[in-house]
Amino acid sequence: MTTPIIELRGITKSYGTIYALGGVNLHVNPGEVVGLLGDNGAGKSTLIKILAGVIKPTSGEILVNGSAASNWSPARSRAAGIETVYQDRALAVQQSIVRNIFMGRELAGPFGWLNMRKQIAEAERLMREIGFTSKVFSPHSIVGQLSGGERQGVAIARAILKQANLIVLDEPTTALSLTETAKVFHFVRQVRESGRSIVFIGHNIHHVFDIAERFVVIDRGRVAMEKTKAEVGSAHALIEFMEDVAKPHHAREIA
Amino acid sequence: MADVAHAKASEAVDLHPSERPLRRFIVANRAALGSLSIFWLMLLAFFTANPVVFSNWGLYTAVMTTLPVTLFLVAPLVFVVTSGEIDLSFPAVMGLASLAFAVVVQAGYDPLLAMLAAIVFGTLLGFGVGALVVYGGLSSLVATLGMNFMLRGVILIVTNSKSIAMPDLVDSVAFKLFSGKVFGFPVQMFWAVLFVVFCAMLYNRHRFGAHVHVVGDNPDSANEMGINVNWTRVKVFGLMGLGAALAGVFSTMINFTWWPTSGDGYLLPVIASVFVGGTPPWGGIGTVIGGAIGAMTVSFIQTGVVGVGLSGFYVQFFYGLIIILSLLGHRWNQVRYR
Repeated sequence: MTTPIIELRGITKSYGTIYALGGVNLHVNPGEVVGLLGDNGAGKSTLIKILAGVIKPTSGEILVNGSAASNWSPARSRAAGIETVYQDRALAVQQSIVRNIFMGRELAGPFGWLNMRKQIAEAERLMREIGFTSKVFSPHSIVGQLSGGERQGVAIARAILKQANLIVLDEPTTALSLTETAKVFHFVRQVRESGRSIVFIGHNIHHVFDIAERFVVIDRGRVAMEKTKAEVGSAHALIEFMEDVAKPHHAREIA
Repeated sequence: MADVAHAKASEAVDLHPSERPLRRFIVANRAALGSLSIFWLMLLAFFTANPVVFSNWGLYTAVMTTLPVTLFLVAPLVFVVTSGEIDLSFPAVMGLASLAFAVVVQAGYDPLLAMLAAIVFGTLLGFGVGALVVYGGLSSLVATLGMNFMLRGVILIVTNSKSIAMPDLVDSVAFKLFSGKVFGFPVQMFWAVLFVVFCAMLYNRHRFGAHVHVVGDNPDSANEMGINVNWTRVKVFGLMGLGAALAGVFSTMINFTWWPTSGDGYLLPVIASVFVGGTPPWGGIGTVIGGAIGAMTVSFIQTGVVGVGLSGFYVQFFYGLIIILSLLGHRWNQVRYR
């Protein structure tokens, strides 16, 4: 039995009297691609923000490589090798590409002085890796001048900067053109082949079915389904299940 | 095959226009360069209006005696504004820190030691103001305004509004080092330039500066990337306190006297300098060098207006005119990305 690289146990999150998450379990094994599905407001984003340490859970446990983590924070999460590409891309748009890529983990000497040369070289390498041609952009380009897909590229470059164990992609293809979407999927496959784990969140069930090996469906703050690709069978079956979840009788059950 | 050919073709292409060194320098420093052109235009106008007075070196040394005090305040304030905050309490912090200097000197200790005391005290006050704003969750505009009144009140209460004269300072090592003249050149200008260069490096080439930029640009993103947003903000106010202390010590040494109003006149010119220098008020970007040039511009307005032969009543009008013209200039060359 493999130890999951990250495991969330009984995670709840409440805002006053409103429960965003009501006891969710989620684990990710090494090298595994998990597809996280659910309607808008189901709690997907809250869950991954808890995973990233941005939101503190009301209760529940977080285990890294089988041992319980304390004082979970964004810095701890990144140190554990978890990188998140957020839906809103979380970029500082008035800053250069290189400053965004190294945000929070600048390459610096002993007194905090930046190693600018090394940062730029590294940024150039990453930009090539994800398919930015140096003809149009340089690491000095301001992120605000880039298109949506290019900004997503910067966010992804930031996520793969360090050899992350787990990359969380929160709807990475929303608002992207077809070619840009294809680029993102090309990258996701590369990450998968390099043996890193991925949590992939998406609205397009075909995309998610295509890329993931195990599916977790969240509905109104709870895990409504958890099945492997073989158990689900086809994208069609997954869509049917999602439609079923969306039906109003579920709402009555909870009420 | 096609991919390889394509890759080779793109490598062969010349540097992108934005990558050519001169162009990149201009683009990266356009705010500072814009401020510099405004400064030169203004000097040129003054010079044309009265060449005799403006050929006099004494006029420039006079400005350079007081300009350093402004520079010690402007450089840290650029950090504050870039981080998305504002500090209106630095005049009172400057007054209190220089009071510490005066008290220690009066008690008979070496002025160098007194300087150190003032710097430590001022920095701590800055951290205190920052902690209040950040951890109290207050608007920096209103909270620092309040702190400015309160700390000035403390000064008046503690000293009974009496000034402290330190005539013995003239013979001290500290005075020779920090306030004397070398070849007719005010030496404090040297220290101020050193401070500005240090701040510019800190701003552009240090981890702290990088954090200040992203915290001002997108605090949520900075937090998600593991940057301690609150602590970064507090540190920015700490730096402001350090600058205020230096400004207070230098201005006290120029006058050999500590006044209960010490620092009061600097609030608006210093804030104006930051914006005239090309740092926009919305946070995330800015320029320390531009701010220093802005300080030069603002400092020369008063001398210039009087030097040209206009009455002192014109000074305020020209302050306003230069500020508005600079803002229009920067508006034209700076875009706000969202």
